[in-house]
Amino acid sequence: MAYTKKVIDHYENPRNVGSLDKSSKQVGTGLVGAPECGDVMKLQIEVDQQTRVIKDAKFKTFGCGSAIASSSLATEWVKGKTIDEALQIKNTQIVEELSLPPIKIHCSVLAEDAIKAAINDYITKNPETKE
Amino acid sequence: MSATGPVKLPIFLDYHSTTPVDPQVVEAMLPYFTTVFGNAASRNHEFGWTAEVAVERARAQVARLIGASEKEMIFTSGATESNNLAIQGVAEMYKEKGRHIITSPIEHKAVLDTCQYLESKGYEITILPVDSYGQVTAEAVRAALRPDTILVSIMFANNEIGTINQIPEIGRLCKDHGVIFHTDAVQACGKIPVDVEKMGIDLLSMTAHKMYGPKGVGALYVRRKSPRVRLSPLVHGGGHERGMRSGTLNVPGIVGFGKAAELANLRLTSDYELLKRLRDRLWDKIQAGLDEVHLNGHPTQRLPHNLNVSFAYVEGESLMMGMKELAVSSGSACTSASLEPSYVLKSIGVGEELAHSSIRFSVGRTTTESEVDYAAQRVIETVKKLRDLSPLYEMVKEGIDLKSVVWTGHH
Repeated sequence: MAYTKKVIDHYENPRNVGSLDKSSKQVGTGLVGAPECGDVMKLQIEVDQQTRVIKDAKFKTFGCGSAIASSSLATEWVKGKTIDEALQIKNTQIVEELSLPPIKIHCSVLAEDAIKAAINDYITKNPETKE
Repeated sequence: MSATGPVKLPIFLDYHSTTPVDPQVVEAMLPYFTTVFGNAASRNHEFGWTAEVAVERARAQVARLIGASEKEMIFTSGATESNNLAIQGVAEMYKEKGRHIITSPIEHKAVLDTCQYLESKGYEITILPVDSYGQVTAEAVRAALRPDTILVSIMFANNEIGTINQIPEIGRLCKDHGVIFHTDAVQACGKIPVDVEKMGIDLLSMTAHKMYGPKGVGALYVRRKSPRVRLSPLVHGGGHERGMRSGTLNVPGIVGFGKAAELANLRLTSDYELLKRLRDRLWDKIQAGLDEVHLNGHPTQRLPHNLNVSFAYVEGESLMMGMKELAVSSGSACTSASLEPSYVLKSIGVGEELAHSSIRFSVGRTTTESEVDYAAQRVIETVKKLRDLSPLYEMVKEGIDLKSVVWTGHH
């Protein structure tokens, strides 16, 4: 499979790889996908409890190059956004940015799910932040 | 051959898919494109006779590699055609006797899809189970035999995991029960000894390009006595190849096939030693450098050039992307058009997560120790890098049992 330059760049220099303290109240963790499907993404966000701005984001991904690139890009995009803004990120934007072929669209769907799962986890931990 | 010498990139470690044509083979073929260009079927002039002599010499060379007589070799366009001709040819010819065929789940698609096609035409196909190494037992074949069984088709050695089947046992059993036995020996020919007489094989598919010969030429061995196997042709026309495969013979290709088979026969023992040594070196180095690596296929009853490994917690396609200078293949779904992981690995009970993590390496005559060492080092580096990126590896290191996690799968 021929990859676009952007996918290769994210694969070779993944942004924000790592883990945040999942027991921290400020941290939301999303774990999506399944090993038997060939892709699992863990995306974590650290949220400023006053401003609801995502201060930091980290990821780890088991999956193909497109899955790695989609989650790497997702961490870049959520950083600096409020959780409400981050919830607006759509998989189609990821597809467009990385020029993913149709066969790899599920990677972008998974990345969108990972963002939503991380935000959900944060909201569950901080029910008072719910509008 | 120095272990630290420079290597030329990219490195080809995909000799199961194809091989380069040996220069001696090219040399043997060349005159048959230009000066000796006759049609082997032209019986009435010098040009035809010369071509026919060359074809018959090649037929003998190919036959010798598998212990057959030259009269029993049918030239085809490759092993896909040979498998189709064997299976469909028997099915059509013996349909009055019965319509039951036995095969295995890890056959090449050229066998499985042909059987599926016949199923749609009213034949019954039994697909025997294989064990965790990918072997079919003669006992399982015996248990599946019925009075209306007309054909057993079991591959000699598997193209993905390299496992070698107990062909002589299955051959003997088929002989005892008077059932025709076909084997797809594409990966075995030229790598390990193959003998149609000693092994009780009635039909055998082979191809030139897996043994340093040209693409586009293959052969089907068709037994002539005890029993005499008859086949209905797939391709009708001028009655070439004893009427079983019409069409003007690919003289240069056949000449090349013959030369390649002759070389393979001469080098059988030395090639085996060389390939096994290189393959074992690669596996030893990978095991020394990484934990949680799993060998797929049989540890000893295995083709000498095959290494199929699952690197746990790392996905195969991303692994290949990280070591682009190595030409290998993967059982990962992401490398297949179907988005399904390898059906061969699935059939031998490899979990889907490990199927996604599998890489097939295959070494060849032209592989060097330096290439193997370079490849091992790149594999180790890339797996380590991807494991640092893998949430699964992190969870396992934290002591989490991945089987206890409730996953939210998408497909």
